[in-house]
Amino acid sequence: MPMFYWFGRQTLQLIFGIGDYSLFTAKAFCALAKSRRLVRRIVSAVHEQGTVCLPVILIVGVFTGLVLGLQGYHVLSRFGSQGLLGTLVSLSLVREMGPVLAALMLIGQAGSALAAELGIQRNTEQIVALETMGVNSHGYLVVPRLLASLLVFPLQTAVFVVVGFWGGSLSGSLLLGVDSGVYWSAVQRAVEVQDMKECFIKAAAFGILSISICAYQGFHSDRNASAMGARAVSVSTTRAVVFSSILVLVADYIISSFFV
Amino acid sequence: MEKTSPKFALQVKGLNKAFNGKPVLTGVELGVPLGSIFTVLGPSGAGKSVFLKCLANIIQPDAGRILFDGSELTFGDRASQLEFRRRCSFLFQSNALFDSLTALENVALPLEQTADIANEEIQRRSLEALRQLEMEDYVGHYPAQLSGGMQKRLALARAIVTQPELVLFDEPTAGLDPLRRNAVFEMIAKYQRQFGFTALIVTHDVPEALVASDRVALLNQGRICFEGTPAEFSASNHSVVSDFRDSAAALQRSLAAIRISDR
Repeated sequence: MPMFYWFGRQTLQLIFGIGDYSLFTAKAFCALAKSRRLVRRIVSAVHEQGTVCLPVILIVGVFTGLVLGLQGYHVLSRFGSQGLLGTLVSLSLVREMGPVLAALMLIGQAGSALAAELGIQRNTEQIVALETMGVNSHGYLVVPRLLASLLVFPLQTAVFVVVGFWGGSLSGSLLLGVDSGVYWSAVQRAVEVQDMKECFIKAAAFGILSISICAYQGFHSDRNASAMGARAVSVSTTRAVVFSSILVLVADYIISSFFV
Repeated sequence: MEKTSPKFALQVKGLNKAFNGKPVLTGVELGVPLGSIFTVLGPSGAGKSVFLKCLANIIQPDAGRILFDGSELTFGDRASQLEFRRRCSFLFQSNALFDSLTALENVALPLEQTADIANEEIQRRSLEALRQLEMEDYVGHYPAQLSGGMQKRLALARAIVTQPELVLFDEPTAGLDPLRRNAVFEMIAKYQRQFGFTALIVTHDVPEALVASDRVALLNQGRICFEGTPAEFSASNHSVVSDFRDSAAALQRSLAAIRISDR
């Protein structure tokens, strides 16, 4: 019987959590209409998610391309198809690895920072202070980040993919001897408009999903029954990163199933 | 001559609040006269902050009525809440300043986000509020770069920049030394007279509150057990009032008894 109670309680908590998160995101989008002086805060959010995270995107992008080039070359060489290296690298990056890895990197840097910042603002009564001033806290704190994610995640994904192509060319052509022209023409032939569409739709969806989860966790860090104060902020930040990473992979499967 | 009843900025009738079945406020009744400094005294854990948060619509009371300028505030009624928040400011015990914004940005924030006025006017009014609180040399400083007293003044500048009719102060002197406590009460009294708002303060600093306030009330175990002028408070024979007011004398008596038993 205790097992049933436990299972029932967990299920109810999950349903409540999904409902509460959906309500939070809906409130944020509704607050968009009433938000004032948004541009400056969107620019600041673009800086947080874009400029600040660019180095990590570049580094991870180039090494992903290098590894894909290396592994792809050795697999394809078994079948004497080294000429398809550009196809393998480009389609892997555009359709799957680019959007997913870029999103995971952005969650690790911008998402965790957002959850921690909102958690501290909740702890120090800054969010309640906004409410007492008559300022819509969702509109002020969450809306600019969500709008910025719609722009930044696809852009960062594009950067990741392009740098990954270059990494693949570096390991495939420069180090392993695949003809550079063959590599780049395979890339050009392989990537179609539909693939680009899939890539950007995924990137935008991952952006909204991960930033809203991180914002939700930070915003409600005071609801943690298991921890208080600084510990609650750390728990919320961890949850933000874990939940959004898992849900990005779940969403990746769902979106991919529509395109395959 | 017929006596006119004082006009109340805020009236509280039968306010109740309980957490997990434990009552924190029980039938609180209070009237805060317009343009006055009204202090709610009470020991720690008496429910003072909960009372203030109920008034500010941060916590929903279980029962009771709150009337602001004669109109009833209803929790959950967005229009009524916004109207109240437009005319009322709340000064947090922790100041609740935005630590990533400069002093000027902190003061400008409520105007930027709630008022339909030009940027130049926002800048002018924010600088004016900072100047009035003698903070004009610190406009570019972040809250962490300011002393405790300056942070308090900055929080007050942010509270008054919207020209509120009512300012709620939650333990404005908590954790401060006696000189700073005096300075904070002096600041509240000075700017209350200058700007003409009604001030409602909750604190447990009896001597300073009695000097600075027009009226005081004592909240004990969730109930208002005294309300009157500071002079009436000083003269009251009510047991809770005298215990709270003469706590230093009681301590003196206890210590004297300990010293005698030690001999």
